[in-house]
Amino acid sequence: MSAVAQTVSRSKAGGRPQGLRLLLNNRLAAAGLVVLALMIAAALAAPLLPLADPNATAPADRLLRPLSEGHLLGTDALGRDILSRLVWGARVSLAVGISATVIAAFVGSLIGLVAGYAGGRTDNLLMRGIDMVMAFPYILLALAIVAVLGPGLLNALYAIAVINVPFFARNIRGITLGLSRREFVDAARLSGKSHLKILTTEILPNVLPVIVITMSTTIGWMILETAGLSFLGLGAQPPQADLGSMLGEGRKILFNAPHVSIIPGVAIFLLVMSINLVGDGIRDVLDPRLRSGALTRPVARTAIELDDEEGPSSRTSGGNLLDVAGLRTEFRIGPTVHEAVGGVDLHLAGAECLGIVGESGSGKSVTAMSIMGLVPTPPGRITGGAITLKDEDLLAASDERIRQLRGGAVSHVFQDPLATLHPLFTVGDQIAEAITAHQPASRSQAWKKAEELLRLVRISNPAQRLDAYPHELSGGMRQRVSIAMALANDADVLIADEPTTALDVTVQAQVLALMNKLRREKNASILFITHDFGVVSAICDRVAVMYAGKIVETGRTSEILAAPAHPYTRKLIDCVPVLGEPERRLDAIEGLPPPVSDLPQGCAFAPRCPIAQPECRAQAVELAPLGKERAARCLYPLTHTTGVSADG
Amino acid sequence: MDERAAPILELTKVERIFGGGRTLFAREKPAVHAVQSVSLDIEAGETLGIVGESGCGKSTLARLIVGLDNPSGGTIRFKDADLAEIARRDPAALARRIQYVFQDPVSSLNPRKTIRSILEAPLIHLLGMKRAKRQERLVQLMDAVRLRPDFLDRYPHEFSGGQAQRIGIARALAAEPEIIVLDEPVSALDVSVQAQVLNLLAELKARFRLTYVFISHDLSVVETISDRVAVMYFGRLAEIGPARSIFRNPRHHYTRLLLRSVPVPGREVSIPETESAEMPDPYDPPKGCAFYPRCPAGDALCVSRQPPLEPAPGSTSHLAACFHPGSVTGEAAG
Repeated sequence: MSAVAQTVSRSKAGGRPQGLRLLLNNRLAAAGLVVLALMIAAALAAPLLPLADPNATAPADRLLRPLSEGHLLGTDALGRDILSRLVWGARVSLAVGISATVIAAFVGSLIGLVAGYAGGRTDNLLMRGIDMVMAFPYILLALAIVAVLGPGLLNALYAIAVINVPFFARNIRGITLGLSRREFVDAARLSGKSHLKILTTEILPNVLPVIVITMSTTIGWMILETAGLSFLGLGAQPPQADLGSMLGEGRKILFNAPHVSIIPGVAIFLLVMSINLVGDGIRDVLDPRLRSGALTRPVARTAIELDDEEGPSSRTSGGNLLDVAGLRTEFRIGPTVHEAVGGVDLHLAGAECLGIVGESGSGKSVTAMSIMGLVPTPPGRITGGAITLKDEDLLAASDERIRQLRGGAVSHVFQDPLATLHPLFTVGDQIAEAITAHQPASRSQAWKKAEELLRLVRISNPAQRLDAYPHELSGGMRQRVSIAMALANDADVLIADEPTTALDVTVQAQVLALMNKLRREKNASILFITHDFGVVSAICDRVAVMYAGKIVETGRTSEILAAPAHPYTRKLIDCVPVLGEPERRLDAIEGLPPPVSDLPQGCAFAPRCPIAQPECRAQAVELAPLGKERAARCLYPLTHTTGVSADG
Repeated sequence: MDERAAPILELTKVERIFGGGRTLFAREKPAVHAVQSVSLDIEAGETLGIVGESGCGKSTLARLIVGLDNPSGGTIRFKDADLAEIARRDPAALARRIQYVFQDPVSSLNPRKTIRSILEAPLIHLLGMKRAKRQERLVQLMDAVRLRPDFLDRYPHEFSGGQAQRIGIARALAAEPEIIVLDEPVSALDVSVQAQVLNLLAELKARFRLTYVFISHDLSVVETISDRVAVMYFGRLAEIGPARSIFRNPRHHYTRLLLRSVPVPGREVSIPETESAEMPDPYDPPKGCAFYPRCPAGDALCVSRQPPLEPAPGSTSHLAACFHPGSVTGEAAG
């Protein structure tokens, strides 16, 4: 156990300073740690403690009850002091358990690493060997090994180590397999590293936490197995004490002297329990997924905690299909608050396409996800604003109502259709399910409708394709299926989050053309999120440019493209290469957007802006109207004549 | 290509087949031709752009060029030496001449190593540099990619995508290679950062007299950075030639389709096709031109056999594999 603790503390020093604190925050793990520390301390200090000789027999004092004179925990059938035997026995059990774990971890990890990295025939050979070990019931295998080697503590140790090798080998092999296909391994090869070097310096450091986690959860198990073998008389040989053999000796006199077996039983229970609690604690600390809270199940809808007292009705203009006013969404991670969306106003008329453009981290996706309460809580929450869909206040709507609207009146198309379609159901099943979730339709009706939908999104042989699984379709086809699903219930608003970013250009052109056509046919509005101005100009009527959680410019697409008013918009347009203009110099935006957890007081773009003045940094800049449907959040909006770059 | 200087890299009928062979019961296993009979030359100091859709074999070709994979047929010659031979005999020697920049900057950096140890690896294993000299070189490298030297002791997760990609570029530069193969180096980056990295690449090329093989699916990026462009479709070269000539006068219908598909601000979306954009089944490749099912000009000849890569009239450097190149004046990107 101490070896594990050391490794843990080392990896803590590497990059996670609060590791020990986190471990202690977990009450059960902390309690386990205290119990374990006490037992280990007692076991280590056994030669120093004023204990009776554990092997000294005294037939006169046999089977004394606990708390008797000179024998705190009584004596066993041969009159030996149980307390002394317990401490010395725990010492043996711990030593055997830990050494068996270390051996199993070393051998198993080595096999796993080699098999996972080499792959192919080596992998096959090693893993089939491991499978053979696993094919025997483990206790029989341990018995067989001990039978061959002869009884004895050391042989029991080997037996337990051997039967636990597969556990490590399989775990580590799986992880190594994934890691060795990663690009950094190729990069290391191109840096001239040999296979051995790659395995030890590139892959091992990434596997080590898993080895430590596996070890910490196996030690308790190993101690139990040692105790089991000793109980059967195959481990520690008399007169040597270990917890299992003590239990075994007590079994025969269970009824007239129960304490002889109960005391070692309780000791085994405490030891294994404390080790398992600490092991779980270590796993929770080391596993990055558990750390980030990813496994805490988010609730079905984003938490809404409106701070402002303004009534929503006073802020919406009315007459629009979808109205978003002053929307604020933030993420609270630990003590920091990330203000991902800081007061966004949007409106969407019927059959209109509004593009939201911005870099990653600008809050465009969070804005879109907030509309239907899809931002995960924890850590996200909506803290202000109003969202109305056809005069219905969405923030005040019940969870049940929101569920009806999701995939009904408002539906989503996401970037990666492979991730959003369920891999184990056919496309037809999934579309039919989307239909039956919102409409009273029989399965055959839904299936028929699904076929129509596939035809609508121009998939050839729709009847056949319904039986296809997502992985059998190309990327473009999958995205068409997603669009078909989004249209299944005659959505009023389609929220498309970078729907073409993962697609090839020719497929992108098709999907854009399809969406353009469908919105006219179906009279649906689209909220189109993208980072590509080329795509925006292909499909969007209006565009809103976002930067650091706020809209910095909005207006008709053609006007913004022709004459951007905000310096950021201008820079964003200028930094993208345009087909047919290879000679144009790309005007890169230097620097990075500010983190949304620490926004500057004034204009968020001021630190990167070429024309920023002291006033820009002094106070927040409001979105100022610049004519019909046009507004920019800038104190010095660009006009046709002034430009930020010299390309005139 | 008579008027061109001696190539630094020469690919002749390069082929890469995945799968194949026979099962235990002598049944044939399916094989995929990822790259088929690709022949091209790369001249020292130029940037060759390779474009195509996903699955066209461009990344496989890139891996073949850096020796991460071996061709199943054909030869790649690097300055009169067989590349597969060098890769087998002395992989480090090849890695000193040809380096690679990966698509995903974050996954190409080991999360548990500092930037220093990532950048030191090629200095130690490829150049055998001593410690003092290494420190000097690390500072130079960080300066070349415009990163502060104090970033050296940080871990990859502390960097943004653009910064991580610069570290990837610094790693490729570390061994002072002659050729750098860039596999979609900017496609995972934000638009604003993309321009920073593209400008940096152009500057580094001039400064260190590098030769680039630039792989991308983004035609506008390729047009900006390339001297010559090769268009790949279904594992084969569809068209190759000087960038300007390809973009102004595309001769293959696939190139035309690609150019028409790119969304350009201010241009209306013209629907290139409404039917499926499916590539042929890779397990059952067609005998003739793979683009035939999507081609507006295809006829019986196209189905019967593979069109050879032939030069355009009046130009020896612009080649296209098409029986019906049609009008020479392209309708896109005028």
